[in-house]
Parts: sequence; C-alpha cells; structure tokens
Amino acid sequence: MDKTTNNDEYSQPSSVDPVETESTVGPVLFYNELVIEHFTNPCNVGEMSPKEANGFALVGDPACGDEMKLWIKVESDRIVDIRFKSFGCPGAIATSSMATKLAKGKTLHEAVELTDDDVIRELGGIPEEKKHCSLLGITALQKAINDYYMRKMMESADSDDLS
Amino acid sequence: MIYLDHNATTPLSGEVLEAMMPYFKQSFGNASSFYEPARTARAALEKARGTIAAAIGASPEEIVFTGSGTESDNLALRGVCRAFQGKDLHIITSPVEHHAVLKTCEDLQGTGVRITQVPVDNSGCVDPADVAGNITPDTVIITIMCANNETGVIQPIQAISEIARGKGIIFHTDAVQAFGKMPVHVDELGVDLMTISAHKIYGPKGVGALYIRKGTNISPIITGGSQERARRAGTENIPAIAGFAKAVEMAVEHLDEAGRHMTVLRDTFENQIMERIDNVTINGQGAPRIPNTSSMSFASIDGESILLHLDLLGVCASTGSACATGSPEPSHVLTAMGLSHVEAQGTIRFSLGKDTTLQDIDRLCEVMPGIVSRLRRISSI
Repeated sequence: MDKTTNNDEYSQPSSVDPVETESTVGPVLFYNELVIEHFTNPCNVGEMSPKEANGFALVGDPACGDEMKLWIKVESDRIVDIRFKSFGCPGAIATSSMATKLAKGKTLHEAVELTDDDVIRELGGIPEEKKHCSLLGITALQKAINDYYMRKMMESADSDDLS
Repeated sequence: MIYLDHNATTPLSGEVLEAMMPYFKQSFGNASSFYEPARTARAALEKARGTIAAAIGASPEEIVFTGSGTESDNLALRGVCRAFQGKDLHIITSPVEHHAVLKTCEDLQGTGVRITQVPVDNSGCVDPADVAGNITPDTVIITIMCANNETGVIQPIQAISEIARGKGIIFHTDAVQAFGKMPVHVDELGVDLMTISAHKIYGPKGVGALYIRKGTNISPIITGGSQERARRAGTENIPAIAGFAKAVEMAVEHLDEAGRHMTVLRDTFENQIMERIDNVTINGQGAPRIPNTSSMSFASIDGESILLHLDLLGVCASTGSACATGSPEPSHVLTAMGLSHVEAQGTIRFSLGKDTTLQDIDRLCEVMPGIVSRLRRISSI
C-alpha cells in the first residue's frame, strides 16, 4: 500500500477496509497494517520535563512484561500535549501510541470517557492474546488525568493556605 | 528473506523431497502387507532404519520411528515408567529441557512419579556431580538434553551417562538439536535412549525416532498393530521415513563442513553485534555450543518488538518467550540460567543453517543497531 495516501486514512476510524473485516472470520491472528504503522512510527513518543507536564503516570511492571510512562500537559481543561515511553511487545507500543493519539486535543471530560475498546477499534482490531497489552495506554491516561486533578487540588489548597 | 530460525525448523532439501516422492503414489503400500507395492515400502523402511542406525552407531533394530521428537521423548519417559509400573519411581532431569520432556515429567509427577530437576549454572550447564548426588534407589531414568534449543549449549552427556551406567540407571538424551550439528554416536555418548527428529535437519515434519539400546526395559505407549517390533503401533509414514533417512545421510556427509561454515558465520555475527551495540549479552557463550545457535539478550527492550522489526525487513528469528494470554512467560531456559524476566524478555535466538551466507549475516548486522536504538528510544526502562 502507498504510504502517503495511507497516512491520511489513519486518522479516520473508517480507514479499516470493511471487506477485509468481513473476510476475517474467527479470531484476529496477526497485527494489521495500522497496528504495525503505530508500532514502527508511534505517535507522541518522548518525555516531558516536570515544568512542561502537569500530569504523569507510571503503569505496568517490567517484570510482568510491560511498563508505560505517560506525561500530559493540560491547559484550560484540555490535553494540549501528551508524551509516552513504553517497554513491551508491539501490541503494547501500538496501543500506547493510539491511546495518546486519541487523547491529544480532547478535553479532560472527553478523555476520561476513552476506553480500551476505543483504542482497539481505532486500530482495526488486535490479536486476542494481545488485548491485555491494550490496557496500559488507557490505564495510564486515566491515572495521569487523576494526577493532574490531584496536583490542582494541592495547588489550590496551598494557595488557600497562603491567603 | 533471511531465515535464521533453523532450530524451529528447516526447509526440506530438494534431494530429500526426491527421495520421498516414490512412496506417495507409486510404492504407496502398507509396509505390513504382502504384495509388491508393500514389499517396496517395507524395503524402504528397513533401508532407512539401517541408514539412521549407522549414522548414530546403533543397530537397525534399536531404531523406533515415531511421529515427532516430542513423541520420542514421551515414549522414552512414559515407556520406561510404564515398564517399571508398580514401583516407586524417580526421574532426574534439568530445568532447561525442551517442553516435550518438561511437560511429560510434570504429567508423570501427577501419577506419583517423583521428579528432581538438577540446576544449571549461568552458562546453562548441568553439573554431573549434581546428577550423582540426587540419585536414589528409586531413580529409574535420567533425562538430560544433548544441546539446548534456545542457547545451543551442549551438556556434559558422557560424564552423566557414566554416572547413570555405574548405577544401572537408564539414561535418555533429547538430541533433536544436536543431531546433524555435532557427532552423536550412542556408544560414545553412552546413552540408552536418544531422541532425534527429521525436520531440524532439512527432512520432513511429522517424523522422529527413538534410539532404544538393546536390553532397555521400555513399554510401548501407543498400542495397536505390531509395527516397530510392537514398540510403536501405527502404519509407518514411509515417505517421511525415506526422507528422514536421506536427510540423515546428507547431514552426516556434510557435518564437518557445515559445522565449520556455521561456526565462522556465528562468530562473525556475535563479534559484529557486540562491537556495534551496547548492553548485549550472549547467553551460554562460555560453554561448549553447537555451531549454529546464538542467543542474545538486548537490555531494556522487548524481544517480540525486535522480531517484528526484523520480520518487516524480511529476517526470520525467534524469541524464547512469547507475550501471550495475560502475562508473558519468560523463557524457562533463560530464567534457569539466572536471567531476570526483563533480560529474558529481551532475548532473541538466531539459529543459522547450512545455507546461511556471509551476506545474510552482514545484512543482519547492518539492521540490528537501528532496530535496537529505535526501541530503546521508546523504552521506559
């Protein structure tokens, strides 16, 4: 498939060819092209300094196979920037990438509504035995949003103390 | 495509396919029947038995054809336990065995057989003294593999077999990975039972054999007809057996030459990788190894992620551990050697073949640094 035409389609959930989906009778056995694209060229990879980020999460455990670090920058209740780093299998990396892609630009209210199923659907499905990997991205996102709220609460408590 | 997963399976060689062809249609007969096509099949069966026996220094009647290396391991362990049924039984094995041995031992444990796994050191080797120290009056069989499928590490089989022989205990070795890559002569190794398989040596899948030293007390585990001297019932897979024999013939003929070729390539590969990539460990490097296998641990990245990048570039290799069903099972071989879960998870097995070229190795050495640094950039650890 031509990569340049593909890139545009990637932002659309409809990019999954319906014929291909129908012909996939039974369980998904292999990573599809979109998953592989998110694995080879993941979105939003990197770290944020404590000054840049106002929400952070560390989820998973390398000893159990995967770990993810996620940073968010929230402005006016909207996720304006997001970065992640992941140790794990291709499924973990691709779903982490997709989760950050879905979250970026969303308001916190919209972002907390995101689920693992959204990530899997947007990726056009992932192999059954890899579904547990998709938990990380969304878990990290929710934890980072909680962290943001906590920090905000602490800040306002601090400023209350000062006043 | 660059295929570096010869320990998983090998492509069928053209000569082997040719040797198999007559027995699919022309001489299709059941080797147990009376008439002409059956006699041809029977002759092919016995000729194959002779070829394989000669290759390992055995007599033809000591070879039993099975459906796989796994079946041969099952026959060895279950067959001996069955022959000694009614007694308290004890098996000595190691934690780095193939699952065909490990799971069979686990299953036998459920029936009351006591299992002892003697440890391996950091390079994956069993200490024969540990085997000797764990022998009890109930020890009925000792099973230690010849060469490991993940690391290529060769076990001190002679030293262990001497101990077994001294105590009159049956000694089995799974030589599936060793056969065709190093000399495996049953008297030199001193084994009573030995598992071999065709598809690791450019033969067909679905056929293996168990060497059974004359006088070894063993019962069949598959009953029915009287094939294989009533030690393994079921109509013999003549095309596969004929192919197996051809593959053995060729493996023996090219053993030294292929061994030298693969050793040079493997060493070149390992030196290049160590030079170009930081934080890489070669597992079992300090121990004697078969010439084709290299197990490499890349720090702080996941093996399956390396594999997928390689796959996208047309290189086939494998991991010891697959991330599946909830939590990844790190390789039992690597963890037994003392690797952490993360180290085991970042391990790739490259297994070379007789037709692997220096160009293949150069290409691999060219792409590996990029793959590793790419994944390390993403990695959270």
